[in-house]
Amino acid sequence: MRRYVIRRLAQAVGVLWAAYTLSFLVLDYLPGDPVSAMAGAGMDSSVVDPARLDELKKQYGFDKPVLVQYVDYLSRALRGDFGNSVSTGRSVTSVIADALPQTLQLTGMALLLATLFGGGLALFATYTSQRWLRQILLSLPSLGVSIPTFWIGLMIVQLFSFRIRLFPAFGNDGLRGLILPAVTLAIPTGAMVAQLLAKSLLTTLDEPYVQTARAKGAGRARIHLGHALRNASLPALTIIGLLVGQLMANAVVIETVFARNGLGRVTAAAVSIQDIPVVQGVVVFGALVFVLVNLVVDLIYPLLDPRIVVAATARRSPA
Amino acid sequence: MTDHRTDSHGRTDSHGDADSHDDTSADGAGGIPTDGHSGDHDGGRNSDHCGDHGGTGAGLLAIRGLSVSYRTRTGPLPAVRGVDLDVEPGEIVALVGESGSGKSTLAHAIVGLLPAGGHIDAGSVRFGGHDLAALSERELRAIRGARIGLVPQDPTVSLNPVKRIGVQVAEVLRIHRLATRRSAPLEAVALLERAGLAEPEIRARQYPHELSGGMRQRALIAIAIAAQPKMIIADEPTSALDVTVQRLILDHIQHLADEFGTAVLLVTHDLGVAADRAQRIAVMSQGRIVESGPTAQILDSPRDPYTQRLLRSAPSLTVVHTAHTVPRARTSPSVAVEPSVVAEQSLVVVDNLVKEFPLPRTAGGSARTLRAVSDVSFTVNRHETLALVGESGSGKSTTARLVLRLVDSTAGRIVLDGDDVTAARGARLRRLRRQAQIIYQNPYASLDPRFSIKEVITEPLRAFGVGDRASRTARARDLLDRVALPASVLERRPAELSGGQRQRVAIARALALAPQLVVCDEPVSALDASVQAQVLELLAELQADTGVAYLFISHDLAVVRQIAHRVAVMRAGQIVETGPTDDLFTSPRHEYTRALLEAIPRWSQQRQAAASPSSGRTPSAKA
Repeated sequence: MRRYVIRRLAQAVGVLWAAYTLSFLVLDYLPGDPVSAMAGAGMDSSVVDPARLDELKKQYGFDKPVLVQYVDYLSRALRGDFGNSVSTGRSVTSVIADALPQTLQLTGMALLLATLFGGGLALFATYTSQRWLRQILLSLPSLGVSIPTFWIGLMIVQLFSFRIRLFPAFGNDGLRGLILPAVTLAIPTGAMVAQLLAKSLLTTLDEPYVQTARAKGAGRARIHLGHALRNASLPALTIIGLLVGQLMANAVVIETVFARNGLGRVTAAAVSIQDIPVVQGVVVFGALVFVLVNLVVDLIYPLLDPRIVVAATARRSPA
Repeated sequence: MTDHRTDSHGRTDSHGDADSHDDTSADGAGGIPTDGHSGDHDGGRNSDHCGDHGGTGAGLLAIRGLSVSYRTRTGPLPAVRGVDLDVEPGEIVALVGESGSGKSTLAHAIVGLLPAGGHIDAGSVRFGGHDLAALSERELRAIRGARIGLVPQDPTVSLNPVKRIGVQVAEVLRIHRLATRRSAPLEAVALLERAGLAEPEIRARQYPHELSGGMRQRALIAIAIAAQPKMIIADEPTSALDVTVQRLILDHIQHLADEFGTAVLLVTHDLGVAADRAQRIAVMSQGRIVESGPTAQILDSPRDPYTQRLLRSAPSLTVVHTAHTVPRARTSPSVAVEPSVVAEQSLVVVDNLVKEFPLPRTAGGSARTLRAVSDVSFTVNRHETLALVGESGSGKSTTARLVLRLVDSTAGRIVLDGDDVTAARGARLRRLRRQAQIIYQNPYASLDPRFSIKEVITEPLRAFGVGDRASRTARARDLLDRVALPASVLERRPAELSGGQRQRVAIARALALAPQLVVCDEPVSALDASVQAQVLELLAELQADTGVAYLFISHDLAVVRQIAHRVAVMRAGQIVETGPTDDLFTSPRHEYTRALLEAIPRWSQQRQAAASPSSGRTPSAKA
């Protein structure tokens, strides 16, 4: 078990490094550079004095060869220093730390809603013996997946903020302000959870051991919750780990639509003005969250399925 | 028929004390109102029938005119058509038939456990006073597990993988309120012990994947007998198990039936098993029971042509069968008799082959390995069939895969056609691939469902760039002809063919490159008895025509006896005995070989022994 954890941790570090390097290369390759953007903020960049530009580039280290820049940045990043924002001059770490709570609330709430309602929908759809109801319920998730998030967001705002005036349309104020964006964000994610869990449940309910349970005289609820759910939840758990990444990506859109000051908006703003240190910081942070969540998921597997550690151990033994 | 009189006062938690009413359960159809207090309202009806057990003619189970069909896209597909069947208390009745005959459907219909789309169209299933066919799902639940236990077909997939064995056994008692939360675990252990599991306390705490197939089947038997049911339906309870384990499990089921007077409906495709265990046999074909009666009568004077055919093709009898109906000199046995010109004739020579697999590291322990194949040596001669016989886990399939170089050996040497291929790579390995082909066990899985049969057969030719499109098609047609399939099959997909036809296609594919060696990995174990016989005959014919050598992997001694010239018996990675087929069968030297032979149903052995002299080949007396 300890080796299993260590191995997973090593993988996590590898993923983080890869995320850093890849984002560095991509950002370096992009046309335009942040210094011109910064110097020319608000005006036509051709007006800016070239000497002043060179000076700025030197200050931020953009004049050095790419490899030197890379090693330089990487060694500082390892110490937790991602440099300063080109536009505001604040340290990237503090920019992220300031925006983080808002985004954590949003994505956390969305994940909770997605799991509860997605899982609930799947359970109910596979439990009901009404064919028509099952068909309707099972077609909901594909609908949820296929509608773009921003559109759902706009519609929900239209309905609940402007027509019914139940929740605020935008802003950061507390739980009331959180509900609409979290619901919007949860819809596509929950739909995927529902889709996968429902399919997985239907497959599991066809397994011979479910037949054994029925032969024991077990009722539907016992079979569904006692036998099928735990076996069916493994694929759903995997997808939840992956969906955290999707949640963070969608948060960019949602925070823009609902005008919330979170990581998503920081990212959107940084990208549009080519604030490379911030963008890079966000990418690495995103990778960190993603890796941690999947690590947790990996550690939960063996608790759900006693066969898993055995398999994992056998795989990594020297061949 | 709904008389909702509950007798909740009748019996309460005294059921928790499982042993206290063994005697009761043995003598009364209505003796155990197990769920009188569970609110399911059938205790009353049950008690109405307390009186009618034990008398003559009052069967425990009486099925009348039962018809079951499956909904399919093309309309209802009848699976069981107007079946009558009776089971008396304490009686073992075997329901025999080939796959698709409807025997499993019938067995499951009794307790209302039909798969999705299955529906009872007509008929009644009288059991202890109820018509099970007319009960609601809720009412049936009180019957399942409590009055009728089910032992499923494949123990390896029939236990919930994420729950401990003890919990799964205890669950029956909890569902039917025969034990309290506290007493259930202890009773589960007692039940596991009664089902014949050693160290039941440890087993109860283990998960299914930690137990062998035989142990899992015992756990499932514990589940089936937990509530002391009047009847057990055993659906092919041993077909997924090794022969020696099969016998133990069947012995145990029989023992339980004797001891507790439990009736058993034994569903099986194996006439040998039925003959050994059942008092009565019902033969099923195409959804109908074509013949039923006392076991001796069915076996000695079958009236129905289908029963007669089934008896002829029962695998254990096929030696006789082949000898009689295929009097060609070229079928297998005649070749075996020749003490072939050994030295130059050897096609495959395997020397001291070893294969080790790493095992999971235990806490603090050093790396361990599993020796799947340990120091195995054998020779396969040209034109010859060498059978590797053993139970699952004996290493026979691994050995075959080593010979084909599908896995790499840890140590040892493999020589094919004078060429040491132990470490062959690249072009040499490709050459080996061309010379050695394989036929897999399951023809349902080994053919690409998206390929047409033509594509399946010509794939090896395409892979090796043999001929052009036209000549490959001609070759495919020729090969199909050889395996006795019409050319019209060429454009069809595997799903449109029967199991036997698919295995013929797999054989055609294996022969496409005219290999010198074909490894047959349990090639007939997924097929019905009558189809088995045909495929084996085909293999023998093809060998006579093409001179191909077979390395024939099987757990089924009866099959091996029919096809092999020589037999190597494997156990725990080692070959314990090798010899010409007849010698091995008539005078086995190793005790394990003897155990394997003894595991063949007694009836089949008798038939074989009785028929052996008449085959005229080996007059050697039974040792």
